[in-house]
Amino acid sequence: MSTVTLTPAAATELPRRAWVAQIMTLPISIHLRGPAAESGEASDLVAEAFDELRADEELFSIWLPDSPASRVRDGRDQLTDAPARLRHVAALCELAGQRTGGAFSAWLPDSAGVLRFNPTGLVKGWAVQQASERLGERLRRFGAHDLMINAGGDIAVSCMRTDTPDWVVAIEDPRDRSRVLRVLHLRTGAVATSGTAARGAHIVDPATGTPADGLLSATVIGPELTWADVYATAAFVKGPSAVGWLATLDQHAALLVEPDGRLVTVGAPEH
Amino acid sequence: MRKIVIGIASTVSALVLLFSYHTSTNSPAAKQATTDTNAGTGNSGGTTPNSGSDGTYTGDPAATRFGDVQVQIIVTNGKITSADAVQYPNGNRHDQQINAYAIPILNSEVVDAQSATIDAVSGATVTSDGYISSLQSAIDAAHLR
Repeated sequence: MSTVTLTPAAATELPRRAWVAQIMTLPISIHLRGPAAESGEASDLVAEAFDELRADEELFSIWLPDSPASRVRDGRDQLTDAPARLRHVAALCELAGQRTGGAFSAWLPDSAGVLRFNPTGLVKGWAVQQASERLGERLRRFGAHDLMINAGGDIAVSCMRTDTPDWVVAIEDPRDRSRVLRVLHLRTGAVATSGTAARGAHIVDPATGTPADGLLSATVIGPELTWADVYATAAFVKGPSAVGWLATLDQHAALLVEPDGRLVTVGAPEH
Repeated sequence: MRKIVIGIASTVSALVLLFSYHTSTNSPAAKQATTDTNAGTGNSGGTTPNSGSDGTYTGDPAATRFGDVQVQIIVTNGKITSADAVQYPNGNRHDQQINAYAIPILNSEVVDAQSATIDAVSGATVTSDGYISSLQSAIDAAHLR
């Protein structure tokens, strides 16, 4: 006979574990918090999530010459003949173009000025958002768990538990990457940052074909990583003038870092 | 004797657990704080036990002032080894309220990047080469096995 003891537990007593894998050229960290976090079953489910992200990499990579995305990119295939998942992403990219006033596009000019299909700017956030939702769903049978995925600086979190602390997300200082600018608490949602601090100038303005340089970084916070990521990229492309557009986005907040280091927050209370 | 630690907000769940789990004797809720090896056997909707009463059991939804709550327990060697609130058939307003997305406050008070309270760092896309020196890798390392 065993006794149920109703002891308020510090959440730190809950099992917690992290896994890291390199997929889509990114370090992807998955953190779990909950009763089964240290179990073999949880490890298997995380491995499955990583495998699904690798499958997306093979589908969407434009660096793998024979991937379905590459075949569309170089004209070997038409989008209409592409796998359903690729067509779905292409449609989402169209929607992203509309929602960002053209600051996001999956059709970017190459060095010769020819527009080439490149869905990678949307795929990462979308694939991680999907992986997060599926993993959260599969974990349910092992009890209530909290989940955090950080894919190279873009983050999706969710909580099924109500007795745990919020996930604490720090926004990096693009001028000194060992420092953080702001810290925020989130139970469910996403934080995405676009900038050049880690990879140099690589975010291309679809309108000009040249790298954007109006900001040091743009961070967007929202309910889903798919859109937080797209909006962060678009804000970075738009530069300081993104503020007016960002303010129109329901349920989203942003932190922009201007070239002189000045911070601009949109839609988020500060203290 | 095995102690089962249930979290703060799970107090609600735990109470629901006590109300919604019928022991074999179907005794009053107050007595059900003591569970016997048959705990869960009277419940529907659970997975089939592997042996004896072992297995994962999902209790009947129970009404609370927060809405309907449903609790899942895992029984191992005849003892409850975990109890959790799980998906609610009609949604749980209290739970949804706590866990729903809400625009967060941007706090500038904690800017110490090495702070033990930080779970994740959002920044310009980290390369795999850059990961090893990143703040995130230090955070991850604390929880890797």
